Amino acid sequence: MSATPIAAQPPVWRRLIGFNMLTGLVLGIGGWFLGAWIGGQVAVGHPYLQGTDQNDVGIYMGYLFGVIGWLVGLGFANYPIGRLLGRPPTLRHHETGSWTRYFRLCTDHKVVGIQYLFGVGIFFFIGGLNAMLMRTELLRPVEQAWPASQYLTLVSLHGTMMIMMTSAFILGPFGNYFVPIMIGARRMAFPRIEALTFWLVPAAGLILLSAIAFGGIATGWTGYAPLADEGRAGMDAYVMSFILIAISLTLVGINLMATILTMRAPGMSWTRLPIFVWSVLATSILQALAAPVLVAAMLMVLMDRAANTSFFVASVGGSQYLYENLFWFFGHPEVYILALPGFGIVLEMLPVFARKPLWGYRLAVAGMLGVTLLSFMVWQHHLFVSGMNAGLRPFYMLTTELISIPTGFIFLNAIGTLWRARIRFTVPMLFALAFFFNFLIGGLSGVFLSDVPSDVTTHGSYFVMAHFHYTIVGGLVFAFFGAVYYWLPKMLGFELNETLGKIHFWLFFVFFNLTFFPLFAAGFLDMPRRVSTYAPSLQTLNIFVSASAYVIGLSMLIFIANLIWSLVFVRQPAAENPWASRGLEWQVPTPVPIENFDRIPVITSGPYEYGVPNAPPVADFAPGALPAAGR
Amino acid sequence: MTTIAGERIPRHGIRILAIWLVLTAISVPLIVWVLGPHLPPPHMTVESGDQRNANIVMTALLFPIALLVLTYFIYSFVFFRETSDGIVDGPPIKGHAGAQLLWIVLTSTIVLALAVWGSYTLLAGAHGAGGGQGPDPAAKPPGWQNALPVQVIGQQWEWTFRYPTYGGIETRDLAIPDNTLVAFHVTSIDVTHSFWAYQLGVKADAVAGVDNIAYVHTRHTGFFQIRCAELCGLWHGHMSKKGRVLASSAFQSWIAAAQKKNASIVKYLPKYSRVYYPAPLRRAG
Repeated sequence: MSATPIAAQPPVWRRLIGFNMLTGLVLGIGGWFLGAWIGGQVAVGHPYLQGTDQNDVGIYMGYLFGVIGWLVGLGFANYPIGRLLGRPPTLRHHETGSWTRYFRLCTDHKVVGIQYLFGVGIFFFIGGLNAMLMRTELLRPVEQAWPASQYLTLVSLHGTMMIMMTSAFILGPFGNYFVPIMIGARRMAFPRIEALTFWLVPAAGLILLSAIAFGGIATGWTGYAPLADEGRAGMDAYVMSFILIAISLTLVGINLMATILTMRAPGMSWTRLPIFVWSVLATSILQALAAPVLVAAMLMVLMDRAANTSFFVASVGGSQYLYENLFWFFGHPEVYILALPGFGIVLEMLPVFARKPLWGYRLAVAGMLGVTLLSFMVWQHHLFVSGMNAGLRPFYMLTTELISIPTGFIFLNAIGTLWRARIRFTVPMLFALAFFFNFLIGGLSGVFLSDVPSDVTTHGSYFVMAHFHYTIVGGLVFAFFGAVYYWLPKMLGFELNETLGKIHFWLFFVFFNLTFFPLFAAGFLDMPRRVSTYAPSLQTLNIFVSASAYVIGLSMLIFIANLIWSLVFVRQPAAENPWASRGLEWQVPTPVPIENFDRIPVITSGPYEYGVPNAPPVADFAPGALPAAGR
Repeated sequence: MTTIAGERIPRHGIRILAIWLVLTAISVPLIVWVLGPHLPPPHMTVESGDQRNANIVMTALLFPIALLVLTYFIYSFVFFRETSDGIVDGPPIKGHAGAQLLWIVLTSTIVLALAVWGSYTLLAGAHGAGGGQGPDPAAKPPGWQNALPVQVIGQQWEWTFRYPTYGGIETRDLAIPDNTLVAFHVTSIDVTHSFWAYQLGVKADAVAGVDNIAYVHTRHTGFFQIRCAELCGLWHGHMSKKGRVLASSAFQSWIAAAQKKNASIVKYLPKYSRVYYPAPLRRAG
């Protein structure tokens, strides 16, 4: 609110100098060369530090120094150095000003949210482009568009990019932006850490993309160990970027947990907490507990590659099962890191557009916490035929099937909320309802995979691939777009075009199903994942799938066109509360003031009291001021 | 807007249940008798037949669940939509303990039944269901001591097969006799592969240093497709070949010919072993 008076504007080139993204990029690249040189010096004369054709120590040192340079250039060293020199810390309202704050270190949770939205969005579209290129290769059953190595790199980049990015897909933009507002706080618990979690993401994304220049990645997103040991320098990029993302996920988890546990406004009891915040809390627990395991696994791969240790090399005493266990101990909670925020978003939107209270609030919370707990006990269902612990298979079959009980609660919540409702089919509501259709298919196909006799055929086939695309794209990505259409008017202050939004939705929904449903059949018909050549009899099916996938790509272009049209050309200011929602985030002005609330509000009622006679307003925004001042 | 007392509310629940019952009564027989025989995998072995039965049972069980949810959703879109342009609140129903309890009981029953049934078929019925069970299988079929051992060796990017009971010969073709219990001993000499014989219903990861055992009872002759189901590098998609289930006499003559052909080279092969440890190969591609 306290806009600093700006004197004469310095020329543009002068404003580019300072702690910002450009400086970060320059120092990052400089750091890369410095680190690579130091790594080279370290490895000279130590044959065990050098592989047969490359020095991984130099590569890792290069990435490490590059990341340090990137963060220093962005200004992350200023605060600790300033405190050491006794300077007072910068206050957040000094970070305001023009649009340039989006390209700098900024501790305002709303700026970080928008940085996340566009940062993660860019990587999401790169990952989607990879998918289009893969589908082009699969138009014919023989190698045609790309050589095998490039196809595998596309597969790996698509998978890694999407998994890394979608982990931050909802907690990044919407968690950071809306959780403090929804719980009545002015900021996150650790604003500098919050900024750090975002700026690690572009570093990780750029490092991952650098794999293209260093021989690519041949392992898919799972990076199974003996194959990862063989990989060329692109594998080092994979390891490094996954480490950075995992650190970011851990910090996001800790930060959001601390915020939700300690910074709720007076009156925001656990039973008034918006369901989206509950889902963020559950996801944060998963991130803080699961992501560090990935860091450990990746450090072991790093040691195997750089220093010729043998954690995973069977012939010298290691075991690749160690990698598989560590990876999936992270990897299965990870898929719920992807799913849970989606549950939260659709349950948050349903009451608004059904004009009814959320049916079975406590059941929804229990469902999310149940999924959180059980998700740590199911990971070996990825390893049913791996040859380890065959006696444990019934246990993992049981836990995997048990997790469908709390997941089913979410469906019961939706069913109850829609019962005798007054449904309005707005664009966000369409995405929320499509979520349930897609997740239903995704979830039920998962039951096939949890049953060992059925899994013997479907494991490692396109059936699995179709299953997790139904849950991640059909679930998470649909929830993400629902959230974009729902919350973007509040975040950016402009309305999105509804007609373009509906075209986007229908194209995406129809062709998403036309793309992935046939792939269940491909898996049933003996087509393994991650191949560039397949049985000629499946060509027609694959052409159909590729054509549908291109239409998904087209629908994404329509979405971008909608963004540009609405935000750049039309610029129709959004109403403060266009959906007539009771959510606390809709009761603050648009654009949201820098401290969110003049005074910390006192929460007087739950967020879903639609149709409740004489329900009090959701919060008192001027506690202690004139009575019944309202807004 | 709350419901006015005395207003006649249509019996939505009964209608939805009726629609669902009709759809289920039509679809389940279709799934079992029309779709079922076409569900994978083709049953060349007892185990793949069991897998197909598992797929039929689960499809027939899960499809009605999907139908119930979809029927409800579509019904609610038609009958519970707001027709006016205004924003009108619905009845403030926050939950129903009985409905929640019923849902929990029903889903738990289905899930527990599936888990018990799955464990039973895995351990007692199908004896591992054709999946790799590691060096010490938990579910051994009767007569496993007399099973025909066939070692499957995965390497980048080729499958080879050794027959320890026929002099440890190594072949590039896989043939197994009909009406026999076969024990596949799957291992790898480099990265992780996964031996997938589609029509046999066999899938077992090939892991360096591990003897991963999968049992199948063959019961039809014919060709079957072998693929690799775990990404193993550049030519992962090319690790496919055709194997054969031969009548017993045809198998004997095939193996005799193979032994003869192998006689001069078998002494150069490493001695037959459950696992092999070649020097690790780094940076191969």
